Amino acid sequence: MKKLFFSLLLCLCLPVWAADAPKLDIGKGGQCVEDTQWMRKNHMHLLKHARDDALRLGIRDEKRSLKVCIECHASTRDNSVIARADSFCVGCHKYEAVKLDCFECHSGTRKSAWLAQRNAK
Amino acid sequence: MSDMDMNRRNFLKTSVGAAAVAIAPGMLLYSVAQGKSEGASSKVRWGMLIDTNQCKPGCNDCVTACNNENGLSGETKPTDSQWIRKIDIKDISTGREISLPMMCQHCEHPPCVDVCPTNASMKRADGIVLVDKHRCIGCRYCMMACPYKARSFVHEPLTGQNPDVPRGKGTVESCTLCVHRIDVGGKSACSEACPNKAIMFGDLNDANSEISRKVHSVASVQVRADLRLNPGVRYQGL
Ligand code: SF4
Ligand code: SF4
Repeated sequence: MKKLFFSLLLCLCLPVWAADAPKLDIGKGGQCVEDTQWMRKNHMHLLKHARDDALRLGIRDEKRSLKVCIECHASTRDNSVIARADSFCVGCHKYEAVKLDCFECHSGTRKSAWLAQRNAK
Repeated sequence: MSDMDMNRRNFLKTSVGAAAVAIAPGMLLYSVAQGKSEGASSKVRWGMLIDTNQCKPGCNDCVTACNNENGLSGETKPTDSQWIRKIDIKDISTGREISLPMMCQHCEHPPCVDVCPTNASMKRADGIVLVDKHRCIGCRYCMMACPYKARSFVHEPLTGQNPDVPRGKGTVESCTLCVHRIDVGGKSACSEACPNKAIMFGDLNDANSEISRKVHSVASVQVRADLRLNPGVRYQGL
């Protein structure tokens, strides 16, 4: 009986899971700092630490730079991590209902693309 | 707890959700020019020497270059950010007129840093005065304290910022001496843009730098030197 109950519960759960997990538009995935699961949980701590070092001490660590994160993870379609609902940052933050403040000031656009656009002007 | 909640938790707890993330270890980063990793050094004192004899009235090239570099609109309404301004002054007794650019003077003893309640306004080891916008609450005390009227407040939401120059509504900002360029070995955009070479950028602490040799041999002054803030920006021919 217990077994049946759980398998029924599982059947109910799975489709919900499949429908809700965010499908992200990732320009370039892969691991460069830590593995995906670790980054999913801890990226905010890395960014916070790096921002204080970079701004206040002038220590600009390439691997922990928001700009470098964006350079890879921005969509190949619009060069952005925030432009659409499935963009790299927005996708999960929406799903987790966590407010994304970084881009009130920081650019969400791939720097190489931004520069190319400016130089074309 | 509903199924939905459980799923949200699992998404963070397990790697099931990684289905959406293509895993391919060992991928290389695109190369983006970043700074040195050792950070700003107190052996360095960045500064500028502005030769007012070379600065032409009516020329606005340094201001335009600053606006382009840092993504300012270039508008001059009271609510628009201005990091550098051209100022024309006239000596009434002699009639002599001069034109000069004014920006944050990167004081050694900056009053803007003294008054900041959140430690957002700060001086880097190499003398560059910055606003840490992560901490700035937009109280604007620093704008009041600055004797040079060098700071601006961002009143409206911004988009399309330079990836190297984050700026945003509700924070105070001012000339950064183009810190993002300095950290990759460059110099300030205004000094590079001046067609008359009126702005010299360099390290005031390095006895062999061009700027050090020049301030050693020609007369230059600091604006409002009586305040004893020891600005890093000096003027010639004032
Ligand atoms: S010029 Fe003004 S903003 Fe710049 S360091 Fe001095 S007091 Fe601060
Ligand atoms: S406006 Fe920001 S930087 Fe200026 S004094 Fe207030 S908190 Fe400090």
